[in-house]
Amino acid sequence: MDADWAADLQAVALTLKLAGVVTLALLVLGTPLAWWLAHTRSRWKAPLSALVALPLVLPPTVLGFYLLMLMGPHGLVGQATQALGIGLLPFTFAGLVVASMLYSMPFVVQPIQTAFEAIGARPLEAAATLRAGPWERFVHVALPLARRGVLTAAVLGFAHTVGEFGVVLMIGGNIPGATRVISTQLYSHVEALEYPAAHRLAAMLLAFSFAVLLWVYRLRTRGSLLATGATTP
Amino acid sequence: MKFTLPRGLFALSLAALALSARADELQVAVAANFAPAAQKIAAQFERDTGHVVKVSVGATGKFYAQIEAGAPFDVLLAADQATPARLVGEGKAVPATLHTYAIGRLVLWSADPALVDARGEVLKSDKWKHLSVADAKLAPYGQAAKETLAALKLADAVQARVVTGENIAQALQFAQTGNAELAFVALGQVQPPDGAKVPGSMWLVPDNLYAPIRQDAVVIAASKSAKAATEFVDYLASDKARTVIKAYGYSW
Repeated sequence: MDADWAADLQAVALTLKLAGVVTLALLVLGTPLAWWLAHTRSRWKAPLSALVALPLVLPPTVLGFYLLMLMGPHGLVGQATQALGIGLLPFTFAGLVVASMLYSMPFVVQPIQTAFEAIGARPLEAAATLRAGPWERFVHVALPLARRGVLTAAVLGFAHTVGEFGVVLMIGGNIPGATRVISTQLYSHVEALEYPAAHRLAAMLLAFSFAVLLWVYRLRTRGSLLATGATTP
Repeated sequence: MKFTLPRGLFALSLAALALSARADELQVAVAANFAPAAQKIAAQFERDTGHVVKVSVGATGKFYAQIEAGAPFDVLLAADQATPARLVGEGKAVPATLHTYAIGRLVLWSADPALVDARGEVLKSDKWKHLSVADAKLAPYGQAAKETLAALKLADAVQARVVTGENIAQALQFAQTGNAELAFVALGQVQPPDGAKVPGSMWLVPDNLYAPIRQDAVVIAASKSAKAATEFVDYLASDKARTVIKAYGYSW
């Protein structure tokens, strides 16, 4: 096993760790947010939805650049993290987690929100007549009914974080074991004209992404079949 | 009467030909460290010749890969000698146009006016958390930074605190935003061309600590405007261009 390959494996391990942490954190934060977005009539719904969706249209470098400024010693976030004794976030794994959460947010929030909206009011009203409180309705009725949306969200959030590049390039600093992920390692290989090493990583990433998407689409097809079956008496 | 339209078209196409011969549009690939100087020189060249110059800024290694793949560049202003020489060796660049347009200097720079001392002793201190450098595999200034740290026998001591930018512009960006307290960058990036004092603080790294950063220019063989491209490369050695090159802290 050559040194290059060892460095690649380290990048793969770090990427999986990053994507795992980001996905879990986004499910915890994104599910209540999706619930709120699905049910609110607040005038903040549209601005907040737009904010969540921003990473879909912004170039990652824009997000990365603003994060570099914001999380730096002169930025608001940077001054807050320093005051809290956390230190500065750029060039750290924690910094990548925060940045990736912002970047992958729409991929997690939107499928869950759609799933909550698809449930409609009736099952929840029925549960309410059976004296289920708001929390019980959420946990025992809404979440099980929306589980496919949650699963899709988790898979897409994970996959999107694995494929992330621009933001990491802008705030990572390419530190082995801390911020050097698959995509930046791949980029370094390409830039240094190390094409065989680049191919190896690129093929892995391609196969992984295809497998994930295949799974998501299979899940959806099967899901819609089940749904049709459920409505037939 | 029936010859008017063809004749008119012929005259038009002649005029278009004459115009295109006079004002060529050049795509010039410029190594990130030289970008500020190149923009100035390009503007002067446009005024003097009527040609139009489009400057693309990036890492020399990336430009190499792009030119290999047939990117429509007319001129490469590299940050090293190896890349243009390699292109010449592969028949992808014009040998007669190859020459050194600038010799760069490495500096240790900080946005903090009080951090860097005149002898670079700060490198041995713990007054900083991050030192940003360009990737040594990709950028000659990154290689020079690596050689400097090795010559100072500090490579192992600082290794854990080094962050790497994809090119020298990003290395500077990390330091300008204050995320890295120190950065090894090119003098040309931080030197204001009007001769004013460099903002922040810096140490001009003695040039015996690293191999000289000779930057070569070359005309790309596939250029469709080879004549104008050669004019531009020659222009880099003119007094006017050299005034700019010197103002940014380069020699030749």
